Amino acid sequence: MTNVHSIPSPSIQSGDRAHEADHPTSLLATFGADEPLRLDCGVDLAPFQIAYQTYGELNADRSNAILICHALTLDQHVANVHPLTGKAGWWEIMVGPGRPLDTDRYFIICSNVIGGCMGSTGPASTNPATGKAWGLDFPLITIPDMVRAQAMLLDRLGIETLLCVLGGSMGGMQVLQWTAAYPERVFSAMPVACATRHSAQNIAFHELGRQAVMADPDWHHGRYFEQDTQPHRGLAVARMAGHITYLSDAALHRKFGRRMQDRELPTFSFDADFQVESYLRYQGSSFVERFDANSYLYLTRAMDYFDIAADHDGVLAKAFAGIKTRFCVVSFTSDWLFPTSESRALVHALNASSARVSFAEIETDRGHDAFLLDVPEFFDISRAFLESAGKARGLKTGG
Amino acid sequence: MALQDQTLPLPGIVPDRIGSDRTDHLLVAGMVEPGSRVLDVGCGDGELLQLLESRGIDGRGIELSREGVNRCVAKGLAVVQGDADTDLVNYPDDAFDYVILSQTLQATRQPRVVLENLLRIGRRAIVSFPNFGFWKMRLQLLIGGHMPRTENLPATWYDTANIHFCTIKDFVELCDEINVKMERAVALDLYGRPVPLNLPWWVWNMFGEQGVFLLSRGGKGK
Repeated sequence: MTNVHSIPSPSIQSGDRAHEADHPTSLLATFGADEPLRLDCGVDLAPFQIAYQTYGELNADRSNAILICHALTLDQHVANVHPLTGKAGWWEIMVGPGRPLDTDRYFIICSNVIGGCMGSTGPASTNPATGKAWGLDFPLITIPDMVRAQAMLLDRLGIETLLCVLGGSMGGMQVLQWTAAYPERVFSAMPVACATRHSAQNIAFHELGRQAVMADPDWHHGRYFEQDTQPHRGLAVARMAGHITYLSDAALHRKFGRRMQDRELPTFSFDADFQVESYLRYQGSSFVERFDANSYLYLTRAMDYFDIAADHDGVLAKAFAGIKTRFCVVSFTSDWLFPTSESRALVHALNASSARVSFAEIETDRGHDAFLLDVPEFFDISRAFLESAGKARGLKTGG
Repeated sequence: MALQDQTLPLPGIVPDRIGSDRTDHLLVAGMVEPGSRVLDVGCGDGELLQLLESRGIDGRGIELSREGVNRCVAKGLAVVQGDADTDLVNYPDDAFDYVILSQTLQATRQPRVVLENLLRIGRRAIVSFPNFGFWKMRLQLLIGGHMPRTENLPATWYDTANIHFCTIKDFVELCDEINVKMERAVALDLYGRPVPLNLPWWVWNMFGEQGVFLLSRGGKGK
C-alpha cells in the first residue's frame, strides 16, 4: 500500500467566502434595475454590484486617478490586508507612499472584476431571483464586460479621465480593452505581460483547469454550495497547473531543483518527496481557501474569448486608430505564457496607429509572475512612465 | 554634385559638446522643424530624443539593446525595442516628418533597404555616419596596414558591430542611385566641428570624420 497524501481540505470556511461575495470588506457600488450592465452575451445584468478599494486622494481637478486591473486569481485588495487570508495586499511592493504608484500623488482604484468572487457580482453572489448563489446560471462574461462595469464605477465616482490604466496578465487585457473601447478616457496605459488575444496554448491550459474542477465529484454541476461542499481538489489541481505556467523552468530549478522535502531519500510512495511537489500542493490548497471554483471557470473563459483584433475586422491596428493614449508595454524574457512576441505584435499595431508607445522587455528568469515580484527595473520603468504621463497631463510634480 | 549648403547652428565651436549636448546632436536637432514628429532609429540612451523633446518635438525611438531601451523608458521617452533591419517594415508610410539614423547605418545588414525605409516612413531622413574616407582612416590602412580604429570607433575588425562602412562619397553615390535628394550635407571633423562649406568635395571626404545628411524623397523621374 503506497502512502498517498492528497491536497488538504481548506481551513477557511466556505461560509466566510460566501459572505464576502455578497457583503465584501470593501467599498461597494450598487447598480439597480435601472442601470443594467449590458453583457456581450446579450444579457442585461441587473441589479449588480462592484466591490473596490482606493488608495490616496483624488485631487481637485480629478486628474490623478489610476485604475489597476487585477489578474485572474487576484482581487481588489492591492495594498491592504486581505480580508480572508490575512496576508498583505498582492501589489504592496508597487503601491504605497513613495512607491512607483505613489499614493501621496495618485488616487488609485482597483475593483474586483465582474464574475469575480470578492464582492463584485459573479457566480458566487446570491441571485436575487432565487435567493441562492448564481452558480452556472450566471451569464458568461467577457473582458469587455469587465471593463464596461469598471467604466460604470468611474462614472459613479465622477472620474471622467484616468491618468493611467495598468495591469498584468488578465489585467493587461483589460487595459487594452480600455484603450480600444474608451480611448478618450485613458490618458496613459500600461499593459504588462499580456496579449491582444489568448493563444491556443493558453486556452488549452485553461481547459485543463476547468476540466479538473468539473471532474471533481464535489462540483455538483456548479451547485456545490447547496451540498455544503466545494470542489477543492479539482480547483487545487487547476491552480497547480496554472501556477506552473506562471513560473519558468529556470525559476523552478533555482527555487527547488530536485531537492527533497524534509527527507534524505525517496519514500517510494506518492507522497510529496520533492520540494516542488510540496510547494505546488501548498499553492493549490491555499488558493482554494480564497477563491470560488465557478468564478475560476467564468474568468478563464473570459480570457479565452479575448481577441481585440477579431472585434475590429481582424485588423489589430484598427482597434487603436488615431489613439492619443500614451502606452508603455512591458514583457518579461522568461514569460512563456504571454511571451514577448505577443507584446511585440501589440507594439507593431500601435506603431501602425502612430500611437505614442514605449516597449521594454525586462530580463528575468522568474516567468509570467515577474510583474508581481521585486523586479527593480520594472519599478523604475513604471515610476518613470507614470511621472512623464503626469507631467504631460499637467500634474504637479513632487509632493 | 549640387548641394544646398546652409549656415550651421554652431557659431562658437567647442569640441564635442556645447553645454551638455553633443555637437552632432545639436546639428541634427537644428535640422528638425519645430513641432514635427520624429523617429530616432538606434536612439541609444535617448540623449538626442531628450534634446528634441526639450525643443517641443514629438520624438519616438527604436533601440536594439534592451539596456538602452529600458534607460530611455525610465527617462519617460517613447522608445521601443527593435531592429532597424527587421522592424522598420512595420511602420506605415509617412508616419513621421523626420526619421533619424544617427551613427547606425554602418551597423545595419542592409543599409540600402534601411535607407529606403527611412524615406518611406518619414518625409525626410537625417542620416549621420562615420566617414571611412577620413584621412586618419586612410593613413592607418595605407601606412599602418591595419583596419582603421579611431576614438569613436575603437572596436577591432573581429568584434565590431559596424559591418558596412562607407565614405561620404560612397554615400552620396548611393543616394543618387536610389533617387534620394540631399537637402543638406555637413561633414564634421574629429572635434565635431563642421568642415568649412566652401571647400570642394574631396576635402570633405578627406577631413570629415563623420557626415550628416538631411535627405528627402528624390524628384528625379526614373
